[in-house]
Formats: sequence, C-alpha cells, structure tokens
Amino acid sequence: MTVDILGRAGQVRAAGECAPRSARDPVNQPMINNWVEALGDANPIYTSEAAARAAGHPGVVAPPAMIQVWTMAGLHGRRAADDPLQIMTALLDEAGFTSVVATNCEQTYHRYLRVGEHLRMTTALEDVTGPKRTALGDGWFVTTRNVWYSGEEPVAEMRFRVLKFAPGPAAAPAGADAVRPVVSRDTAFFWEGTAAGELRIQRCGACGTLRHPPGPMCPSCGADDPGYVLASGRGTVFSYVVHHHPPVPGRTVPFVVALVELEEGVRMLGGLVGVDPGEVRIGMAVEAALTRVDDGLTLPDWRPAR
Amino acid sequence: MIGPGTALPAMTVEATPTFVVATAVATRDFQDVHHDRDAALARGSKDIFVNILTDTGLVQRFVTDWAGPAARVHDIKIRLGVPCYAYDTLHFSGEVTAVDGDRVTVSVIGRGSLGDHVSGTVTVSGVTP
Repeated sequence: MTVDILGRAGQVRAAGECAPRSARDPVNQPMINNWVEALGDANPIYTSEAAARAAGHPGVVAPPAMIQVWTMAGLHGRRAADDPLQIMTALLDEAGFTSVVATNCEQTYHRYLRVGEHLRMTTALEDVTGPKRTALGDGWFVTTRNVWYSGEEPVAEMRFRVLKFAPGPAAAPAGADAVRPVVSRDTAFFWEGTAAGELRIQRCGACGTLRHPPGPMCPSCGADDPGYVLASGRGTVFSYVVHHHPPVPGRTVPFVVALVELEEGVRMLGGLVGVDPGEVRIGMAVEAALTRVDDGLTLPDWRPAR
Repeated sequence: MIGPGTALPAMTVEATPTFVVATAVATRDFQDVHHDRDAALARGSKDIFVNILTDTGLVQRFVTDWAGPAARVHDIKIRLGVPCYAYDTLHFSGEVTAVDGDRVTVSVIGRGSLGDHVSGTVTVSGVTP
C-alpha cells in the first residue's frame, strides 16, 4: 500500500477548519413544521409563540436536533474539495477501505435558535486511527468536528465518527495486482456492468433464455442476438472451494471461491467475502458485493445475505 | 423526584417506508438508501433505512416528551448500531443516570428487531415531567 494515511491525516488536521458552508435557508418555520410533522414531535415550543414564551424563550425556537438539517448539502449538493471528511474518504477508498458506516454522532447545543438566523458550518478533522480489526473488517476510524455559527457566534458543535472499512475479516479485497479477466466482445457488457454497479446476465434476444458465462450464440436456440438483464443480486451457494495454496496475486489466502446459483437460475463464479471460510455452507443465502479494484476492474464478489 | 434510575415512559415508532422517506426528506438527506428501495438493495441493504439525523431527532423527542416543553436540551450523544430498515418497529427506553443540580443525564436505547439501533445519552435541564 502506497497511501500514507496518517501522514495525509496529519496535514488535513493541521489545516484546521475548512471554509464555512452557508445554510441554503435561514432557520425557518416551514422546515421546522415539516420536521416535527415527520418526526412526530409534538413539543409546542417549535410551533407556538405562546408556548415558546411560556417556556422562557423569546419566541418560537428550532428543535436543537435540527442543527445539521440547516446546512445539509441538498439534493444535488457536493462536498467541497477542502472538506476534511471528503479528503479522508477519497484517500481511504484509494487504500482499499471502500465501505463506510457511521458509528457515533455527538451534538452539543450552546443555545436554542430563533427563526431568521442564518447559519454557517465548518468542518475540521479531529482524529484518524487505524488500521483496526473490527467485526465488519479491517478499517480506520475518522472523526470530524463541525461547528455551526450564527454570525460569529458558535451556536452548536458536532463530533461525527465513521468507520471506513474493507468488508469482511477474511475478506482482504483484491489488490491492484489482482489477476485481470480477459475482456472480449462477448464479455465486455458484463465487466462494464460490474463497473457501473450492476450484475448483468446475458439473455438471448430471440428466445429470452438466460445464460452465463456469456458467449456469442444461444445454446438453446442458436440465435446470435445477445442482450442482458440485471440480476437481483441474490442467490445461494451451489458449490465452493477454499483456496489455501498456492498464493494468488491480489488475494490473501485462505479465500473462498463460490459457484453461486442466482435466483434468476444461472450460476456464476465469484469470490465469497465477509465470511469465515469454515462457516461457508452449500445452500447459504448470499448477495452480490461488487468489489471495486480500480478504474479498470470491479469484481463480482459475493457475501452472506443480511 | 427525579434521580438515578428514574425510568422514562416508553416510546414506539413504526418505521414504515413512509416514515423513513418523510423523515429523510424533512432532514434534507437525499441519499438514495433512504428513499429508493432498488438502490438500497443494490448497495447490499435489505431495504431503505432510517437516517442518522432522524435518530438524533427521535432520541430528542423521546427525552423531551418526558422532560416537558420548558426543558432545555444541551447535548445528544448517540452510538449507531444495527440498521433500522423499513417495516421495523423501534422501541425506545431510557432512564436517568445522573443529576447534577438542574442538569439531568438520561441514557436512551432505541431497539429494533435486529438489536440495538441507537443508544446514547442526552443532557437536559429544566425537567418538569
């Protein structure tokens, strides 16, 4: 691995808070109303002037737990290039820790917010620790700290921790030195599919029969008019081997190669990750787990169904 | 009298698909796994699932439903456990763990069919249950 995770993390941490992101809208009653309606929160201080004043507020206040809502990036939002979480995510993706799960969210509210206040939020990298072995696989914990400002006044803070991990304890993902498939005119659609996050099954354009592995002609009717359909990604282990020796480039032994029977009926070979090799059983339910190796290769792996 | 061990009234939330989608949109979280079942399946999830901003909101609601409108929420610290998929039911329970002057710390657990979905602590003052 050539990615210097801790070194880069040190630089990002030293850079401190990124440029603030402004909320799209000021704190406003319609968004508060939508929120309390969806959450089923009947606390009247969020909707009634009289109730808010009776509770000692100068008027209606926003639910403290809405703090993050005001600065969400929105439907088409993208994180800024200098966003520390974005930088560390990209770096860990590159290092093979491609999955993410949030583990902790801690918010502190310095005061209640009034309708009309316009917030800005900054993000700083607080900590990066790893690699650690977790139940989900080897990974790194990335902790960021957000501060919300109303004018120059910090009004709330959040510490947010995610685990960026490579799925599965025995699931060392294929490395960049992985053995590459030979892609032909017959199989290109399949590998383009995995790269696009799709598991594709070849289907005869004449009689509709599904087939795998792909080939130029339909073994059922002989037509040379192949198309494809998308697999659901669910199947069961039809057979498997546990590979111990010899070593295989891009894989850490032992690893499992499974012949999976898809619910569409065809069978497909792939790595079975996220499971102890001793726990694999014929008939176990599995689901597709596409493993992105790099821009040129995404492998059709499998993992136990959840 | 509120003291360590004081239990909060239970709260149940039916995480219907409508709830999952409505709360995701109300929290301006447009990640597809919170509203698009096909996308959620393709990413390896069983179904669409409740987002984190909603978890924080539900934990706050659970505490303020008990603490009353005059209460002030100072912090909400949650740990995230198993996902809460659409059609699951969340059962919230909690109790007071510490009282420091006017400040009350409450521990909260939100449990679904898969186990603990969210757990954490909330600090409030001005509690008038």
